[in-house]
Amino acid sequence: MLSNKRFVLKFKEFLIEKLLFLCSLLSVFTTIGIILVLSFESIKFFKEVPITKFLTDTQWTPLFINKHFGILPLLCGTFLTTLIAISVAVPVGLISAIYLSEYASWRIRNIVKPLTEILAAVPTVVYGYFALLFLTPLLKKIIPSLSGFNALSSGIVMGIMIIPMVSSLSEDAMRAVPMGLREGAYAVGSSRLQVSLRVVLPAASSGITAALILAISRAIGETMIVAIAAGQQPRLTLNPLVPIETITAYIVQVSLGDTPHGTLEYRTIFVCGMTLFLLTFILNIFSYKLKKRFQEIYE
Amino acid sequence: MNRRIINRRLDKAFKILGIASTVFGLLVLVVLFVNVFLEGRSRLTWDFFSSFPSRKPELAGILSALVGTIWLMVITGLVAIPLGIGAGIYLEEYAKKNRLTNFIEINIANLAGVPSIIYGLLGLGIFVRYLKLDRSILAGGFTLALLVLPVIILSTREALRAIPFSIREASYALGATKWQTVRYQLLPASLGNIMTGIILAMSRAVGETAPLITIGALTYIAFLPQNPITFLEKFPFIHFTLRGLLDPFTALPIQIFNWVSRPQKGFSTNAAAGIIVLLGLTLAMNAVAIILRHRYQKKIRW
Repeated sequence: MLSNKRFVLKFKEFLIEKLLFLCSLLSVFTTIGIILVLSFESIKFFKEVPITKFLTDTQWTPLFINKHFGILPLLCGTFLTTLIAISVAVPVGLISAIYLSEYASWRIRNIVKPLTEILAAVPTVVYGYFALLFLTPLLKKIIPSLSGFNALSSGIVMGIMIIPMVSSLSEDAMRAVPMGLREGAYAVGSSRLQVSLRVVLPAASSGITAALILAISRAIGETMIVAIAAGQQPRLTLNPLVPIETITAYIVQVSLGDTPHGTLEYRTIFVCGMTLFLLTFILNIFSYKLKKRFQEIYE
Repeated sequence: MNRRIINRRLDKAFKILGIASTVFGLLVLVVLFVNVFLEGRSRLTWDFFSSFPSRKPELAGILSALVGTIWLMVITGLVAIPLGIGAGIYLEEYAKKNRLTNFIEINIANLAGVPSIIYGLLGLGIFVRYLKLDRSILAGGFTLALLVLPVIILSTREALRAIPFSIREASYALGATKWQTVRYQLLPASLGNIMTGIILAMSRAVGETAPLITIGALTYIAFLPQNPITFLEKFPFIHFTLRGLLDPFTALPIQIFNWVSRPQKGFSTNAAAGIIVLLGLTLAMNAVAIILRHRYQKKIRW
């Protein structure tokens, strides 16, 4: 009787473990699913459009009569908005992180941190509205030649959106630096700023780099802000004042239209998705490895 | 001597710069809120909540969008919460440190960083086309569930990791099995933190727009999905159906996006009003999460 009960219990334990294991495998299936869906349609696409054309053609006009399938203009748009976003988010986020980690009292930190998290919680469609209907008209007063749709205001708003990400991840990295390093520097008479910039910042550099890479990856994949405020004109330019189109915005544009399933135009969104996935995948893995490394150093 | 004064001044200057940088984002947030509120508050009438979308901005409302969002959240939650917690428990408590576990971990870290629009393409390929769910609420809910899954897994793991090892040892010493330890010790102790993570994940799902556009959520929906429960006059008095799950849908962020992209002034006012509702939803969820976290951090002292 007892052994029977024990057997049931053991079997239940076994079953539960397998069930939980399956739950965790779902994430692997998700990745496999993404890769399969993207490559399935991409392969069909590359049967019709040679990959050299895709990588070197300087025009992207799949929806026009004169079709060109060069990813460069879209990549250029993505690069431009990401660049603007990063140049806003990195200085502001990093300085704020140094302040919160090295200068602010725990009381201030406890108030400010949840507040800045709100910035990250605002849906991106709201930021898109803000970029198009608030920031662009405002910037137009300073730069009259600014178009209604442009890379500048969507890039800036995107930068503001990722400030909390940069600041909170960098702060985590800085706080992981052992107190002894700081005390040593203070003991030889360094000021707070010197300790922050010459001791803490270098010691936390791999964690901070991981944060920056993650921020870049986030900016590359950001969709709604650029779909709303950056325009729908793929062009090979670094001029932030004119309408452009990013990879993500193009996918939205096609998804909203009525491009029939199974056509070459329809497949372009999967090729764009593949490009986007590869870009962010490389950045994410790189960031993950860097983060692991800095955790190992101080644990 | 001179050097020390310079250093001290630099220190002060940097402190001010630091405060300015920290406050900058919050200031923008305030400007955004005020701007949206002033623009949209005139549209926030009962009609706005109880009307379907319309060609005329002053008649248009968010009824179908709001109902769509509620349906999506229910499906997303039902799918993602159990699966996410299960995976989190497995990785934190059961998994041995081997290559497979390591691979799963890197995989989840990567998935958490995959752009949401890629999930939309995944949903389009798998749920809409392959499983033939078409552009239905179910396809949308499943897609969002996959999207928030990594967030729930990561926060479950973090919550479990915060429990000291001695609790597990004490439980084993009393003869509890692994699952009994998880079920009766670890889950109750980490519930607060897990709930916080879930609410944050769901608040992210509420505002997601791009994946829903990709799988083909429509912007003009002038009907509601079929009610799951209808009351009848004859036996059995209640009729239960899930056919509404396969209806096409729209959601609040999609409706806002549609209004933002129209040039007429009236629609941007509608967009602002919709944003007030959406922000209200997400911020309320975030507030609950923050309060929960605060309360549990105070209560549990190991």
